[in-house]
Amino acid sequence: MADLSSAADARASRRRWLLLAPALFILVFAAAGPLLITLVYSFLSPGDYGGVEYEPSLQAWFNVFMERDIFEDTLGWSDAHLSIFWRSVKLSLLTTVLCLFFGFPTAYFIATRPKKQRDLWMLLIIIPFWTNLLIRTFAIVELIRAEGTLNTLLLWIGAIDAPIQMLFTEFSILLGMVYVYLPLMVLPLYASMERLDFSLVEAGYDLYATRLQVLRRVILPLVKPGVIAGSILVFVPSLGAYVTPRVMGGGNQLMIGNLIELQFGQGRNWPLGAALSITLLAIVMVALLAYVRAAGNQEPHRV
Amino acid sequence: MSKGFNISRQTGFTTIAMICFVLLYMPIILLVIYSFNAGTSIAIWEGFSWRWYQSAWENDRVQEATIRSLVIALWASGISTTCAVLAALATTRTRKFKGQAMVFAMINQPLMVPEIVTAVALLIFFAMIKVATGYTGLAYLIIAHSAFCIPFAYLPIRARLQGMDLSLEQAAADLYATPFQVFRRVTLPQLWPGILAGAMLAFVISLDDVVITEFVKSAGQDTLPTYMLGQLRRVVTPEINAISTVLLGISVIFVIAFTVLGKIKN
Repeated sequence: MADLSSAADARASRRRWLLLAPALFILVFAAAGPLLITLVYSFLSPGDYGGVEYEPSLQAWFNVFMERDIFEDTLGWSDAHLSIFWRSVKLSLLTTVLCLFFGFPTAYFIATRPKKQRDLWMLLIIIPFWTNLLIRTFAIVELIRAEGTLNTLLLWIGAIDAPIQMLFTEFSILLGMVYVYLPLMVLPLYASMERLDFSLVEAGYDLYATRLQVLRRVILPLVKPGVIAGSILVFVPSLGAYVTPRVMGGGNQLMIGNLIELQFGQGRNWPLGAALSITLLAIVMVALLAYVRAAGNQEPHRV
Repeated sequence: MSKGFNISRQTGFTTIAMICFVLLYMPIILLVIYSFNAGTSIAIWEGFSWRWYQSAWENDRVQEATIRSLVIALWASGISTTCAVLAALATTRTRKFKGQAMVFAMINQPLMVPEIVTAVALLIFFAMIKVATGYTGLAYLIIAHSAFCIPFAYLPIRARLQGMDLSLEQAAADLYATPFQVFRRVTLPQLWPGILAGAMLAFVISLDDVVITEFVKSAGQDTLPTYMLGQLRRVVTPEINAISTVLLGISVIFVIAFTVLGKIKN
């Protein structure tokens, strides 16, 4: 019998891998494999017209953070790169906080509607989520550009004499990212709030807690997994954002994504671009690991 | 406590939620409205007109980009959905197997790695192949799109498989149906809404992609989104609004169809 069942196991295992083969082949060919090649490229020397010379070099990794002053031949931190990294982290954190500020009440509002209404409200969140990111970015650009709707309106009512320059600033990138990534925050928040047991909230009030105390001591701890999931879902794409800062930030307000693109375009320094990509990936992986640990350490709720 | 006390209410939450919905939709609605503007302005209303839809329709580059987008999205959704169905069959209703964690990590990889990193990696890799083979056709875009569409197709299909009643399949197997017959006659008809939902999701995701397409495409291979991105650097006319509105309409139709499919019970 043992032979028979192990033969059946082997057959099942063979069938399983056969079924997985097409998906794994495409993912290795067009996702995981190219990442490995990028890692290798970051240790090569740049070619003259883009591409690489197959000569090992640590220069790209050195250049990620450091630069040599060609006049004085001294070493220093690469201010340009560090300021772009700093801007990316700062704007991504601000985006996450603002999305949480707007997304938490919105998810709570939807979760406390009667059951029949909830699907409709959620549909209103999901539609922008599945709408092309470029279109949404473009829609908000039209709103705030110099000759856009907002300025036209403000000029018309006489609140301002000349159009306000809102586009191509850090503020406009932040506005664009909050607008674009807000649904990513609401979705997981709603998922955890939908399951919220309101008898616990009631118990809180029965024990003379104020609304704020109930929110802070009862609701917040219970929906913490949703808060963490939403924050990571917003933070990770914000950090690697490319389209929104390119369209709304112009040439002066680069983020890491735009810096990477620059190395493959005008910069013609593919190894540096590859090293910057791997750095971005490493930061994201650290954030994801922190998320897994935070989610894993969630103490099961005790009544 | 007063009689009207509602335990689920939190002060100010409804206000912020309403602000959220208004802010979420106001820019999109303005974009749609001004796509029908007779004038060239995107802020001053000069009367209703279809002219920008007509000019987009008659623009050769827009036509080519539209056809290219549709071709890529059809291929990518077809390939990724097929792969996702097979992979979902392999990863549901089986015991834990060796390499399972690796398989899930692989399938979800496109969701976890920032898009710009994937785009750059594909640029490097496909540049090597382009030099080696001389081929610069659409296949690169189709394969790249298929890869990042796989997780989106996989999730609804797997969810459907996991929610399925196993007794019908077991009954068929007891009646000496071969595994393929069981799949063809019992599993597939029940799985159909999930497959359709996965395929639609993959189609919309492919149609909307900007970043990966921008890096992988060869010269003259603009899709609608990369064409629009290129136009944004120049003078913007409401023609872009018209194209956006059409794409928006497609997304809305797909989202609603997707939601309806999700509600079909086994």
